[in-house]
Amino acid sequence: MGMMKIPMIAHEPDFMIHGVLKYHAFGQELWISDTTVGAWIITAVLLLFGFIVSRKLKHVSESDTPGLLQSGLEIAMEALENMTAGILGANNRRFMNYIGTIFLFILLCNLSGLVGLRAPTADFGVTFLLGLFTFFIVNYQGLKNRGVRHFTSLFEPIPVLFPINVIGEFANPISISLRLFANLLSGVIIIGLWYGMMPWFMKIVLPAALHVYCDLFSGAIQTYVFCMLTMVYINDKME
Amino acid sequence: MNISGQDFIYGCSAIGAGLALIAGIGPGVGQGIAAGQGAAAVGRNPGAKSDITSTMLLGQAVAETTGLYGLVVAIILMFVKPFG
Repeated sequence: MGMMKIPMIAHEPDFMIHGVLKYHAFGQELWISDTTVGAWIITAVLLLFGFIVSRKLKHVSESDTPGLLQSGLEIAMEALENMTAGILGANNRRFMNYIGTIFLFILLCNLSGLVGLRAPTADFGVTFLLGLFTFFIVNYQGLKNRGVRHFTSLFEPIPVLFPINVIGEFANPISISLRLFANLLSGVIIIGLWYGMMPWFMKIVLPAALHVYCDLFSGAIQTYVFCMLTMVYINDKME
Repeated sequence: MNISGQDFIYGCSAIGAGLALIAGIGPGVGQGIAAGQGAAAVGRNPGAKSDITSTMLLGQAVAETTGLYGLVVAIILMFVKPFG
């Protein structure tokens, strides 16, 4: 038996992932969940934004005065360039696309709690996939740049440390994905508890403070940390 | 009062979840040290305030991880019920 219902609480606090649509594939029972729908919405928003902006900026000539959109995008690109160059140095051009893409995706996912979606990054499936991307990129770069030394470096500084080095390599994607997931999940739980357990007059203005901390502040910092750590791991394998 | 084996496991899981959150002590101390050192650094060199703040926040966000592992373990014990 589950827990007993406590009559003082009006609504059960709700912060779980809900299924929207059930379907069968590969002999499994699968769900299209809140996470999937949220990720679709965010992808659609990003695609639409990219499409409209590229249409608008296609016919800009050098003699034109840059508008608000162009100036803003140039500032953002410069910030991205500085962020990547700060860690990757001269190699930053090759990774700017990827870092910028995951930065925008994770940022929008983290902020989507503000518009009433359940943040897709508060699902371990999403963050673990992002961690796996990092893992494969890091190891591909290691193999490409260092060849056999990618494997022999596991035996440094002394061969006895080989198992620990291997565990350390496999712990990277798990640790960065769990960090992002747990931060977002804690925000979702705190906000869900507040909305589920407080009387109505506490739900009017006060949750704004929680949203500012859990969604805006924590979300932005964790996005930055995820991209930074991805770049640090890549940079470790560069030479 | 009769407590079935299942209820006993749920009770122990709840106690374990509470104990898992002792992990919150470490990041608290660590983040406090980072913030204190950050404040001292700004006091010595107020011109580098933005650099110091961003470095401090990055370090704090990484130091938070162990506490969040505790949170994940607690949530798994409470809601996924691996032993029930």
